[in-house]
Amino acid sequence: MEPAADAHDPRTFTMDGRDVPFEAGQTVLRAALAAGRYVPHLCYHPEFDPHGSCKLCTVKLNGRTVASCTTLARAGDEVESDTPELQELRRNLVQFLFVEGNHFCPSCERSGSCTLQAVAYDLGVMAEHFSPFFPDRPIDASHPDVLLDFNRCILCELCVRASAEVDGKHVFALSGRGAQKHLIVNAESGRLADTRLAVEDKAMDVCPVGVILRKRRGFLVPIGERKYDQRSIREIATANAGSSARPPAAREP
Amino acid sequence: MSRDLSAILAKYEQDPLRLVQILRSVVAEDGYVSKETITAIAERLALPRGRVEGVAGFYAFLPTEDVGRYRVLFSDNVTDRMAGSVELRERMQEAFGVRLGEVSRDGLVSIGTTSCTGLCDQGPAMLINGRAIPRLTRARVGAISAMIHGRAPIETWPLNLFEVHSNVLRKDALLSTPLEPGAAIDAALARGPESTIEEVKRSTLRGRGGAGFSTGSKWELCRAAPGEARYVVCNADEGEPGTFKDRALLADYADLVFEGMTVAAFAIGAKRGFLYLRAEYPFLLEPLEATLADRRRRGLLGEAIRGVAGFDFDIEIHVGAGAYVCGEESALIESLEGKRGIPRNRPPYPVTHGYRQAPTIVNNVETLALAAMVVRHGHQWLRARGAGKSAGTKLMSVSGDVERPGVYELPFGVTVREVLEAAGARSVQAVQVGGPSGTLLSPSELGRRLMFDDVPTAGAFMVFDDSRDILQVLENFATFFAHESCGFCTPCRVGTALQRRMASALAKGFGTRRDVKDLARVARVMRASSHCGLGATAGNVALDALEKFRPAFDRRLGTLEVMPTFDLDRSLAPAREVAGRDDEQAHLRREEER
Amino acid sequence: MAADHQKLRVATTSLAGCFGCHMSLLDIDERLLELLERIELDRSPLTDVKRVGPCDLGIVEGGLCNAENVHVLREFRRNCRVLLAIGACAVNGGLPAQRNHLDVRDCLQTVYLTGAGIRRGFIPNDPELPLPLDRVHPLHDVVKVDYFLPGCPPPADAIWKFLNDLLAGRTPTLGHGLIHYD
Ligand SMILES: Cc1cc2nc3c(=O)[nH]c(=O)nc-3n(C[C@H](O)[C@H](O)[C@H](O)COP(=O)(O)O)c2cc1C
Ligand code: SF4
Ligand code: SF4
Ligand code: SF4
Ligand code: FES
Repeated sequence: MEPAADAHDPRTFTMDGRDVPFEAGQTVLRAALAAGRYVPHLCYHPEFDPHGSCKLCTVKLNGRTVASCTTLARAGDEVESDTPELQELRRNLVQFLFVEGNHFCPSCERSGSCTLQAVAYDLGVMAEHFSPFFPDRPIDASHPDVLLDFNRCILCELCVRASAEVDGKHVFALSGRGAQKHLIVNAESGRLADTRLAVEDKAMDVCPVGVILRKRRGFLVPIGERKYDQRSIREIATANAGSSARPPAAREP
Repeated sequence: MSRDLSAILAKYEQDPLRLVQILRSVVAEDGYVSKETITAIAERLALPRGRVEGVAGFYAFLPTEDVGRYRVLFSDNVTDRMAGSVELRERMQEAFGVRLGEVSRDGLVSIGTTSCTGLCDQGPAMLINGRAIPRLTRARVGAISAMIHGRAPIETWPLNLFEVHSNVLRKDALLSTPLEPGAAIDAALARGPESTIEEVKRSTLRGRGGAGFSTGSKWELCRAAPGEARYVVCNADEGEPGTFKDRALLADYADLVFEGMTVAAFAIGAKRGFLYLRAEYPFLLEPLEATLADRRRRGLLGEAIRGVAGFDFDIEIHVGAGAYVCGEESALIESLEGKRGIPRNRPPYPVTHGYRQAPTIVNNVETLALAAMVVRHGHQWLRARGAGKSAGTKLMSVSGDVERPGVYELPFGVTVREVLEAAGARSVQAVQVGGPSGTLLSPSELGRRLMFDDVPTAGAFMVFDDSRDILQVLENFATFFAHESCGFCTPCRVGTALQRRMASALAKGFGTRRDVKDLARVARVMRASSHCGLGATAGNVALDALEKFRPAFDRRLGTLEVMPTFDLDRSLAPAREVAGRDDEQAHLRREEER
Repeated sequence: MAADHQKLRVATTSLAGCFGCHMSLLDIDERLLELLERIELDRSPLTDVKRVGPCDLGIVEGGLCNAENVHVLREFRRNCRVLLAIGACAVNGGLPAQRNHLDVRDCLQTVYLTGAGIRRGFIPNDPELPLPLDRVHPLHDVVKVDYFLPGCPPPADAIWKFLNDLLAGRTPTLGHGLIHYD
């Protein structure tokens, strides 16, 4: 255990040889992003507890691979992130996610604003490499205002967390395990229409991919003006670096 | 229409933490948990419905659809297959006209497979409505089929069908040194908690569940952790295929195991303990409950144990529901809390934040039995045997191609060859030590030693002779991991599925050089980035096989770098069918290899 | 790839695709002339050569939807030293693969027998007609693919950069703005 640190006296670890300051209780990922150092990530969201499931944020910490979103920063640690080996690992993980679901970006209304896609671009993923699973996942169009296209779910549980922790509704949950793990909704009928989901819910706004979609709003933003058309995810994720405007305080693990 | 849940809920005090036990009871009565029952349970426990559905959906033995009046699950470890389980299963399927995993049209029976049931020394085995039947033969399966046809209640079936043997074939210090119930507790009371822990530390006892962490240190950390309540958990999940030594311990030495738990409770200051028993061992439940009752009667459990005011401790048995990952200590705790068995983010570790976020020790059955002995007989008792940093003996579950499969207690440091000789093995092609997550050894390695610093093992020892196909072994293990991945993290959820597909293609002769490369690539991704030990070790056997049994792969590969990942000709079959064609153009042949 | 200054022989084809990638290739505009100084075309929708001969580079658009696609792809693989999968359909099945959760029998029945406006339909059984596979597959499910260029279609600039790199013997790379999947 480290002695409790003064929050105004940032200590540092190194990442790829350069110093990264951090505050007590901060994770490696959060400190890196605050310092303008991008580490690819998917299931991490600044307003929620780190989840640690996508493993995109894997770094080497003193030689051991760990998920940087769930690992607390410690002074003097040596972190490797932007190495060929780790980038290759991340490319493979992204390819895993692509083959696992049905991702047909040309017909997806999240295309251009999708985190998975943007991370894949950043990593230079040119193809899925493995054979796609082509799972059969029916969509749920029962809700008057919301469409659920499970084909693109990457199981990050952000909607589950948002609905439970922020909305207090528990609209989403997970069932099954292994490759059969899947998102379910909180209704005996299994239909979204029979849940308490409303378009104002936080759960509507956290999905990093194109699963939870507002009806009649698709493809409104023209190509060229979508979130990642102009700037890469790397630039956007580190845009606030150094500024004192920090994301709302999140509980760390 | 929803069923009356009052009795079940009353039994479990309407406690959401006991959700898994509640769902198990529903399945025991109804065969499955219906949609309506899920809704009703959620309402009564004030849980979100999705939570309850998610828990039922996680465990293999909590079906949410009708699985027939008789649910037959053939144990599908490689040792069951080697003993002929596939043929027996197919005959039975034929007899009832059902496909794998399907329910017969009259709703009478479904026939499926399940991960290793821990009866490898007396396989092939099956579970029928949760009850284990070992030593299957054509005759036994015939008799079972007849009783199913006759709709005979399982309670009326001949008891000898369900008889499980302990099969302890060699006893050393642990299994042959007598220990009077209460003697280790008395020794602990005489020493006091700190020096009890000190004694365990001095013995250098290391956990027998796999990781080999110092037991004394674990207890010490837990004792030192801040918190009111503390818990002792005995890990009897024994899910690693090929492992059945805890089964024997719990059958014949239950008193010793509970003694160890009680000593641990005294040492860390716990009032409650759990024994997490894998669902595949239902035959142990009643005897274990009886032993607990007996110990309560004798003042070895309950309030003021041994008359010492304030020394209160009791043990509850929690039965699993079919999930290997629940052997991982933090997933086990999640399951104990009535949740999906997803391993937690660590740190914090259970010693500080375990059951209900309170300090908790999780120890293997064998570890706790040994700890009781150490506390009673002193640290030298353990250190008299063993080698290097591995003090004491180890229980090995030996199965596969040996004359005398069973449980052997052997000192750490024993060579692989010595184990093979003890069990009677000939023309050995390979040995899988530590189960699918362990190490695959070739005949050139028989001089290696079973101990933490050489070949570590939680106790599985599966032998394959010359007649076996290593790629089928690999396929079996890959199928196991894909079935048991909890699905939480990307590398393991997808990696185990990819691995199964490639291993299966290779075993069936459809594999290619790309599959061989990708098998290693996927294994490395899983090893580097998985969230828990399941994914981190799921690729071990592939990497070992590629390194040590490469010709087995090369023999099956064509000269093409890539072949279709699926059966091309078969993928035209549906179109052939509706178009009514069978001409030459309506087929796709396998490409000529150059 | 082109260490000497001989022209590179290139074949192109569209399998289960929409020719969009070919259109995008033509979209490199006046740079086409520059390209044609360095390559010569073998079988291609642009040439009308019917069977592919030995080539340095094969560019395949579209995924595998039917038996004919498989034959053509295999022919390309046999004849081309380097195979490039171009566009979303070749790379991951693309839009046609969105039928993969349907039973191909039902598809054929709907199209030929029960669909709106069909009277006395029948499912053709002419051996000339290629039978559909039960699922649409990306190219790399059936043959080895050396390079992938995603996009629906890939932008002309990406194709240009990619081919230039290949012709110059560099491993092709695309930076932000050139890689996209839509
Ligand atoms: C996937 C997985 C399954 C495990 N299964 C078991 C098991 O069945 N029994 C067991 O004692 N330990 C098992 N373990 C190890 C436990 O996490 C834990 O280390 C052990 O129970 C600690 O007890 P010990 O120190 O006495 O060995 C498993 C670990 C993993 C990663
Ligand atoms: S969710 Fe993202 S990656 Fe998936 S199809 Fe849509 S845009 Fe593509
Ligand atoms: S729906 Fe979206 S937010 Fe929810 S688990 Fe799937 S990918 Fe994550
Ligand atoms: S490694 Fe596998 S079992 Fe462990 S958390 Fe990840 S998905 Fe679950
Ligand atoms: S961002 Fe760290 S595991 Fe997903």
